[in-house]
Amino acid sequence: MVNAIWLFMLITGIIVAALNGRIDTITESAMEAAELGVETAFGLIGVMSLWLGLMRLAEEAGFVSALARFFGPVIRRLFPTLREDSPALGAIILNLSANVLGLGNAATPFGLKAMQELQKENPTPDTASPAMITFLALNTSCLTLIPATIIAVRVKAQSVNPTEIIGTTIFATGCAMTVAIIVDYIIRRRSRT
Amino acid sequence: MSFIGEISRWAIPFLLFFIPLMAFIRKVPVYESFVTGAEEGFRTAIKILPFLVGMLVSIRIFVDSGALELLARLLQPLFALFGLDSELTAVIPLAVMRPLSGSGALGVATQLINQYGPDSFIGRLASTLQGSTDTTFFVLTVYFGAVGIKKYRYALKLGLMADLIGLIASIWIVHKMFY
Repeated sequence: MVNAIWLFMLITGIIVAALNGRIDTITESAMEAAELGVETAFGLIGVMSLWLGLMRLAEEAGFVSALARFFGPVIRRLFPTLREDSPALGAIILNLSANVLGLGNAATPFGLKAMQELQKENPTPDTASPAMITFLALNTSCLTLIPATIIAVRVKAQSVNPTEIIGTTIFATGCAMTVAIIVDYIIRRRSRT
Repeated sequence: MSFIGEISRWAIPFLLFFIPLMAFIRKVPVYESFVTGAEEGFRTAIKILPFLVGMLVSIRIFVDSGALELLARLLQPLFALFGLDSELTAVIPLAVMRPLSGSGALGVATQLINQYGPDSFIGRLASTLQGSTDTTFFVLTVYFGAVGIKKYRYALKLGLMADLIGLIASIWIVHKMFY
């Protein structure tokens, strides 16, 4: 599906640009986007190193496994394929907590760490495992308590009540997350039988 | 609400204080361990790079060419089919952009909020939509890229379905709460 969507966006984009007489923008956009990809990846190096370093400390001090033991019973139900003491659980919990608190730049390193741990238990290294898909479904539909950026935009646009959308946001995310978990569960059950 | 804001403000300084101190008390060689962990940061970031370049180029061409706008316009009759307000069509570009590009979606949302007013129906809906889902394509690209996974199986379908549910839920709740 990724192959199809990737090709679809590329091909339709170029055709539409050609028909609109905007073919020059394609060259420029492609170069700029490639540059942006590099900038984004390099921009991650600093925070990634900081949080992975800190996470290593937390691991060696036994916090990550303590966290996994504490939240484990809830989280493990969502990840039945993982080992009881899987180190991925701690990283998954850290990632989701950082997401909920809106700490985007801490969430990514924890999430990537979780993926690396999940990959160690994945029997097919080039194909996504069910546990990874569950984790990403949780991650992309995850609740953020304070959508800080959009509140800032609303303040700037002189909203009478910039934070009034927090409730609606939490409701919408909650719906998306619940449905994602349920559908994921159904897919996993079906593929097992 | 300010309580949660305070937690967000204190969380990182707290972790930076608490984790190294407790690790030290538990006799972990703190600086060496930190550096060992940090070494992974560079490798992980570099591993993501080709995946990011590939995905960003494709998305950017799709958006800049006007193909996204065209898709949004093609989707308009579908909205009418469900008997939804014609005013709602204003958020279609945002709904399509949201899973593709975080910065792109923020741009569209900001423009909608300024054009219709932050306290209008469209303004509130755009705000809710922007806050309620993540950039599915970006997350999948980065997370799968970091461990070299090329076959996503049903991950993308599941993510996009969650986005669609988020859209429907946003429309419903904003309508319910403010009108």
